[in-house]
Amino acid sequence: MTGRARTKQRPPLLLVVPAFVGLLFFAVPLIGLLARTPWGDLPELLSSSVVVDAFRLSLLASIGATALSAVFGVPLAWVLARVEFPGRSIIRGLVLLPLVLPPVVGGAALLFALGRRGAIGEPLNELTGLVLPFSTWGVVVAATFVSMPFLIITVEGALSSLDGRHEGAAATLGATRWTVVRRITLPMIAPSLAAGLALTWARAFGEFGATITFAGNLQGRTQTLPLAVFVALESDRDTAIAISLVMVVVSLTVLVLLRNRWWRTT
Amino acid sequence: MSAGLDARLSIARAGGFRLQVDLAIPAGRTVALLGPNGAGKSTAVAALAGLVPLHDGHIRLGTKTLDDPENARFVAPEKRRIGVVFQDYLLFPHLSALDNVAFGLRSTGTGRAEARDRAIALLSRLEVGDLAESMPAELSGGQAQRIALARALVTEPELLLLDEPLAALDVTTRARLRHLLSDHLEAFPGPRLLITHEPTEAFLLADEIHVIEEGTITQTGSPDDIRLRPRTPYIADLAGSNLLTGRAAGGEVTVGDFTLRVADTAADGAVLATIHPRAISLHLQRPEGSPRNTWQTSIMRIDHHGDRVRVQVADPLHLTAEITPGAMDALRLVLGSPVWLSVKATEIGVEAD
Repeated sequence: MTGRARTKQRPPLLLVVPAFVGLLFFAVPLIGLLARTPWGDLPELLSSSVVVDAFRLSLLASIGATALSAVFGVPLAWVLARVEFPGRSIIRGLVLLPLVLPPVVGGAALLFALGRRGAIGEPLNELTGLVLPFSTWGVVVAATFVSMPFLIITVEGALSSLDGRHEGAAATLGATRWTVVRRITLPMIAPSLAAGLALTWARAFGEFGATITFAGNLQGRTQTLPLAVFVALESDRDTAIAISLVMVVVSLTVLVLLRNRWWRTT
Repeated sequence: MSAGLDARLSIARAGGFRLQVDLAIPAGRTVALLGPNGAGKSTAVAALAGLVPLHDGHIRLGTKTLDDPENARFVAPEKRRIGVVFQDYLLFPHLSALDNVAFGLRSTGTGRAEARDRAIALLSRLEVGDLAESMPAELSGGQAQRIALARALVTEPELLLLDEPLAALDVTTRARLRHLLSDHLEAFPGPRLLITHEPTEAFLLADEIHVIEEGTITQTGSPDDIRLRPRTPYIADLAGSNLLTGRAAGGEVTVGDFTLRVADTAADGAVLATIHPRAISLHLQRPEGSPRNTWQTSIMRIDHHGDRVRVQVADPLHLTAEITPGAMDALRLVLGSPVWLSVKATEIGVEAD
């Protein structure tokens, strides 16, 4: 022990003490939750139809939002990182706006644009019969709106710091631009891409404000786990705590697993 | 019959730097672009490969025009069929050596099995067949260089560009790979352009050398022209060294039937010996004292370059010495004069060939 103490420098107290206080911010609420958990009733509470429906919907919405973010967000990040065009910084600000905007405001904006009487919602409804607000699709759209920026900001950062000479080398070997993106660019940023997808999924899984504003709170159709917690807090605290615990466990598992797998390299 | 390269590269960069280089390389010949770092060599590679567009001039390969800004002609890099061995190789870090080599074939429509077979065959010819499954991070510099060479050659390009192919290697690997490179350059039917800041590499690998300084060609000629008749101080300093090939043993290097004493007693076998022209002194009488390498010969050629005079001597070793005009006058040397030469053993550089 003494040998180790001599060779390993003690971290400065001025950093360790505030770091510990910072940790408490995260640990205390979790401990509070665990302390109030009705462990014995957990199986029964979690098998109620409200919880099962909400869980199923949350998985669907978060995975759907992650998929949509990958399909549209990765190309958008590529364009922002690689194509120079006037107004690029404004576009970049617009894309990242949901990171700082209150989700309720985002939900309201979605409602005005995509609602039954909205600028896009009305023609969309007439053309396809699709109604987004207060539907399961609306939940996916709301979750995508708030979570896609996490993917864009991560992937754009990775693309900007990538050594572009490898892509040039691939081009001299006869690879078209699309082949270069598919076989060189994306594999080379795979760690950041995975990290971005994990963050996107986690944000979508926890989404509340935009969902309740745009999609409402209908059990089995738009009521995700966070919404179910919100409702249960009023009437049935034990259920609220049980659902909260599920969300903590699922999110923590995903983040820890992906962190160990991908974030070591970044 | 492969086609030759005809290029006039003109590119202006921010900060006032301008690359202005004319290159004509017939099929089957190797031209070296020799110059210091920052002279614009890599920009020339990027322009030929299509990674940087020309501002003026043209690039023609055989009958095909690859870049001609005046006539709004530009062929994208993926359509150019130019093989490039990049500085520090740029192997794709997420692909195995085999997949790196097969990449070009796969990208141009060759089926998976055939691409794999051809890549393995080429890797074996380069004596790195056993590294096929290795990842680039596991390769040594010399191994990575061969993989990079295989990757550039496997698509059978019409022009081969080598950007500082030996610079990242240690001294012993460099000599071995220079021979390998030399063999594969010989076998490549199209024009070849070697970019280097290392005069020895240019002398040994190229048929013709273009010296580039600050974006422009300052001298063009055969390796002997450049070495024996350098036209700028840079060339004289860097490229003007005397280069001899011989065999080393026990602190001596034998060149033809002439033996030089060298300080490096460990060198053994085929070597390259370099002697800077300023390290050779000329005397009218047999010099007394320490230099062990002393012999008599006659003067073959005298060139005046402002504050220095370059004197070439005849058999047994064709060397160039550089002296001041004052020393020249004092020695009263003229063509054909007999003269004594001396070189200190410590002034002779020896490296494995």
